[in-house]
Amino acid sequence: MTSAPPGQPVSPLPVSRQPVSRQSASRPLVSRPTDMKTTSRSASVNRLIADDVTLGYDQRVIAEKLSVEIPDNSFTVIVGPNACGKSTLLRALSRMLKPAHGRVLLDGQVIQSMPAKKVARTLGLLPQSSIAPDGITVGDLVARGRYPHQGLLRQWSSDDERIVRESMESTGVADLADRYVDELSGGQRQRVWIAMALAQQTPLLLLDEPTTYLDIQHQIDVLDLCAELHEEQGRTLVAVLHDLNHAARYATHLIALRGGEVIAEGAPSDIVTADLVERVFGMRCQVIDDPETGTPLVVPAARRRRATATSGGAVTTGS
Amino acid sequence: MKPTRSQVTGSAAGGHSGSPARGSRGAASAQPLRIRAVRSRGLSVRLDIRALTVVVLLIVAALVASVVLIGTGDFPIPAADVIRTLMGNGDAGQEFIVNELRLPRVLVGLLVGAALGLGGALFQSISRNPLGSPDVLGLGQGSTAGALIMIVLFKGSAFQVAGGSLVGGLLTGLAIYVLAWKRGVHGYRLVLVGIGVSAVVTAVNGYLLTKADLVDAARAVVWMTGSLNGRGWEQVWPLLTLCAVLVPLVLVNARPLRMLEMGDDVAYALGVRVERTRMLLMLSAVLLTASATAAAGPVSFVALTAPQLSRRLTRSPGPNLVPAMCMGAALLIVADWASQRAFGADQLPVGVVTGVVGGVYLLWLLVTERKAGRI
Repeated sequence: MTSAPPGQPVSPLPVSRQPVSRQSASRPLVSRPTDMKTTSRSASVNRLIADDVTLGYDQRVIAEKLSVEIPDNSFTVIVGPNACGKSTLLRALSRMLKPAHGRVLLDGQVIQSMPAKKVARTLGLLPQSSIAPDGITVGDLVARGRYPHQGLLRQWSSDDERIVRESMESTGVADLADRYVDELSGGQRQRVWIAMALAQQTPLLLLDEPTTYLDIQHQIDVLDLCAELHEEQGRTLVAVLHDLNHAARYATHLIALRGGEVIAEGAPSDIVTADLVERVFGMRCQVIDDPETGTPLVVPAARRRRATATSGGAVTTGS
Repeated sequence: MKPTRSQVTGSAAGGHSGSPARGSRGAASAQPLRIRAVRSRGLSVRLDIRALTVVVLLIVAALVASVVLIGTGDFPIPAADVIRTLMGNGDAGQEFIVNELRLPRVLVGLLVGAALGLGGALFQSISRNPLGSPDVLGLGQGSTAGALIMIVLFKGSAFQVAGGSLVGGLLTGLAIYVLAWKRGVHGYRLVLVGIGVSAVVTAVNGYLLTKADLVDAARAVVWMTGSLNGRGWEQVWPLLTLCAVLVPLVLVNARPLRMLEMGDDVAYALGVRVERTRMLLMLSAVLLTASATAAAGPVSFVALTAPQLSRRLTRSPGPNLVPAMCMGAALLIVADWASQRAFGADQLPVGVVTGVVGGVYLLWLLVTERKAGRI
């Protein structure tokens, strides 16, 4: 075993998986989007790609011939109305759903053909439904994120210990290490699960509705944490979010889905318009500048105006 | 702060000074992680001292109970003599009683208990539900159906009855798996399908019993209670062989099983081959349970109680496979001893004792879980 010089900052990313360029890492969020857009368009091969995929469960087709690229080093957010295929797309990108047609490529390889543990060292996922086993402590749960790096005879190395500790520190749950997970509040618990996904040390991290069931303060808290992971640690993040304003504020790359089709993608400030929101969500609104960040802020039209303007048309598009 | 390349390959042995302070949160002083491991030359094995202690104590308890049990009977033998005889230094009379009559029975008890404990722990972990154990799922009823068919319809020998019970258990396990499979086998569906299967097979068993004549019915009822009476070396060897193959196989898959407890999605994300692992472990659990039942009859509640008792002792999350196995062995031997001592030798089948203890335990479990708001 070699030992690292103490005192040096320690990266949670494995060397081989670090993208070479990270020019945008330290820039402020607001100015990023245009920059990210040009990178995403010019980069020849992104690490995670859905290529012409048809997705569905049993007989029910959710999306047909969908192609999506996740720009490297982006904080990509997928938005769309309920049942538009957001979570389905995320499941396909994380190889939990096998496309009926087409393929999902990770680093140029068909993701289904790769060894499961190898994928798990590159691509992490925070699913919507997870179960904390009875009587498990925070430290123990976060430690389970090391699984893809472990083996029968390499169960708990000093690397594992260090990385678990770092993951808990960067998510602010280090003080809770000995607490039982079922005693925690919803916000704390979500941080613990994120810490577990971090301990997996994947350069790509997918989050399926990470803010659901949290109150506004904890929603912002989790999103700030995501932004931090993206900016400071250079991870590529892909999240499904319900709140369009959160998406517009935090995303560097936005993908708007509707009925299994990409309606628009790009930097939020470029693509979020009243017209787009109406096309995707079927809702009249105004888009103004967020007074805090300057990003687009979607303000739904008042009930009276909405009713007169859209009687018939937009109503059918819900759910 | 950008991640830098240099530090990743290094494993700061024991030193955690390398962790950077990230914003205000990082400054929090780290509590020690309560995870211990033995490390040597790049290899590391996790060590749970409490669980290890529990396992050692359970093994000691099982061995002591075994020695006492071997000394118990119409012809009592002091413990010292039992040990001397087991070492090969006893007199001829004691040697016959110990090695031919009582030792195989005790070994069958240990193996059946271990197999039921392990099978139960596997099922409960896979179904993520303490009620997802083979007793409740109807595996015991399936084995009983197989045995009853051999007893009632074919008037089979003891060997044929064991065979029938084995086949019955395996078929029931298969039926449960197939019926519960819908894009993967899940907790509640597994339990509910198991209860349904159990109900159907119980009805079949009731019908078979009504068809039986009095002698066969008496034989069937004794078999159905679960008993170690008259068990000999011919039961020991097949069970021992099976355990020698399955126990290592199961233990190698204990780590992916632990990941499965957090839900299929999390397990997938961590790189577990979910359905493969689950099928392999369920098959092993069915084999263990069915062969234990074939050897001793459906000894009730060991598979349900052993995993729950052991996890309350180890206070460790996860399937607790080895503690459950040792707990099963210890429980069955102690129950067998109690069944012989309480009402005179060979009066009471062991299944009655485990049934009474297990029933009380099940009630306690339901009451306390209800208080905790889980049911």
